[in-house]
Amino acid sequence: MSLRIVSSCVNCWACQPVCPSDAILQAPKHFVINDRKCTECEGSYDVPQCASICPIEGAITNAAGEAMNPPGSLTGIPPAMVAAAQAEIRAR
Amino acid sequence: MELTVLDSAGAQPQQSGCSSSGCGSTDDQLAHLPDEIRDKVYNHPCYSEQAHHYFARMHVAVAPACNIQCHYCNRKYDCSNESRPGVVSELLTPDQAVKKTLAVAANIPQMTVLGIAGPGDPLANPERTFATFRMLSEQAPDIKLCVSTNGLALPESVDELAKHNIDHVTITINAVDPDVGAKIYPWIFWENKRIKGREAAAILIEQQQKGLQMLTERGILVKVNSVMIPGVNDEHLKEVSRIVKSKGAFLHNVMPLISEAEHGTFFGLMGQRGPEPEELQNLQDACAGDMNMMRHCRQCRADAVGLLGEDRGEEFTLDKIEAMEIDYEAAMVRRAEVHRSIEAELNQHAQAKPAAPADIDPDARPVLMAIASQGGGVINQHFGHAHEFLIYEASPAGVRFISHRKTDNYCEGGDTCGDGESVLSRTIATLSGCEAVLCSKIGYEPWDMLEAAGIKPNGEHAMERIEDAVAAVYREMWEAGALMTAADECLVVA
Repeated sequence: MSLRIVSSCVNCWACQPVCPSDAILQAPKHFVINDRKCTECEGSYDVPQCASICPIEGAITNAAGEAMNPPGSLTGIPPAMVAAAQAEIRAR
Repeated sequence: MELTVLDSAGAQPQQSGCSSSGCGSTDDQLAHLPDEIRDKVYNHPCYSEQAHHYFARMHVAVAPACNIQCHYCNRKYDCSNESRPGVVSELLTPDQAVKKTLAVAANIPQMTVLGIAGPGDPLANPERTFATFRMLSEQAPDIKLCVSTNGLALPESVDELAKHNIDHVTITINAVDPDVGAKIYPWIFWENKRIKGREAAAILIEQQQKGLQMLTERGILVKVNSVMIPGVNDEHLKEVSRIVKSKGAFLHNVMPLISEAEHGTFFGLMGQRGPEPEELQNLQDACAGDMNMMRHCRQCRADAVGLLGEDRGEEFTLDKIEAMEIDYEAAMVRRAEVHRSIEAELNQHAQAKPAAPADIDPDARPVLMAIASQGGGVINQHFGHAHEFLIYEASPAGVRFISHRKTDNYCEGGDTCGDGESVLSRTIATLSGCEAVLCSKIGYEPWDMLEAAGIKPNGEHAMERIEDAVAAVYREMWEAGALMTAADECLVVA
């Protein structure tokens, strides 16, 4: 049972100091979670700490690979709008 | 009547708003503060409008983590070409930060201040932030230390801040009303939970206000930064200004929202606009009735190095500082000498006779002028090389600094000016409202375009002190009959 940090991580360091299990490590591309240490904060906190401070939607997934913070949940920006804005910027 | 220079002569104009209380944090502006506070800020480039031309500052990026989200921030901060708060090229460990600070202080003797301003929140990274401060207060006791925070973790950090001899703290306070705050902060991380909406804003605001009070009670100087977001907190910031002043903040810095869509922030993507220079100036003027306003802020990067408005960060990258040999003892001696000579120069300016007396009608209208300057308080830059213009106002009451306006410089110095004309048009648009532009030199083409836009180019005052030159040009305008108000003209006709 472990959470995962995926490639959309922007290396902001917010999760690393709040992890009660010392399970988050800096790695070459982005932070990673040591699945042998991760407890999903059970026994320590009501909610997983890394997922509760991470600013990037989708950057942390649960054991089933689902986003802990799904699109639109943190920024309040509707996902379609982000996609449209990104397409517009890329087209320049 | 005598045309005084408001910054140095301490004149008291009579009008309301900004005019009645002056602008920037000039000597005049800080006059009501106790000597002890004035001593703390006279050589701080970010706090003193006058000092920022002479003294340099640097930020070290040791604090990447953040405990809140702001709608004007995108946590992707790694960029070398952008100049805005929160952006850095290199994240440093506390050891690297100390080494960089010593290297910069040894190479830029004008440096007085080291700040930690992110890219996240320094107090959400207490170990990294305080380790840096601890080492610096030992190894570089002549450098002032400052920190800039969102305030959420401030109350629990106040004792530690006081311990490290940090006598300046900046708190970003964009609202004192949770309903307004909820439109700016989508969430906070508080007591091991993510909290959203109004509840989050209420907690943040309470912590900010508590922290502000605790700092001022301990004699630590507090500046308040506010981001002006049109339609969200613009009117509300007047209330913020009143409240933070009553709680002892000594300076308020109202900054414009930066919200380009490509920065990927909520406000940028959702089309929230930033304020026009005139709107910002009007709000600063309105707040100035209650509070000392700061007007020379450049909203610099979280790893900026050098004078305000310039960035020498490229000279001090990790690989470059690794190769530097630093004798900090010797550097400290040299820095002390340089600081003494700057102080002497500032004192001389303060005592310098203001601009020559001019027979100007007290009802003559004020005029805005744009100045191209690379610092030093003099007109010393080619029009086409200016990345920003300093805006001064001349009026019968004197000359005062109003703001700076950023521009894309259209001339890259070579023959790569294919895009020149449109950039030049944009530059001229940013100078709207100004009637003259004073620079060291200017080409024919921009000269003609400025004239066509009703802005008089002037290269006659190169290397002169800005205030003196502005006063002289204002006087010429008066003598040429260009400052009469509509009412005066009616009288003449009658």
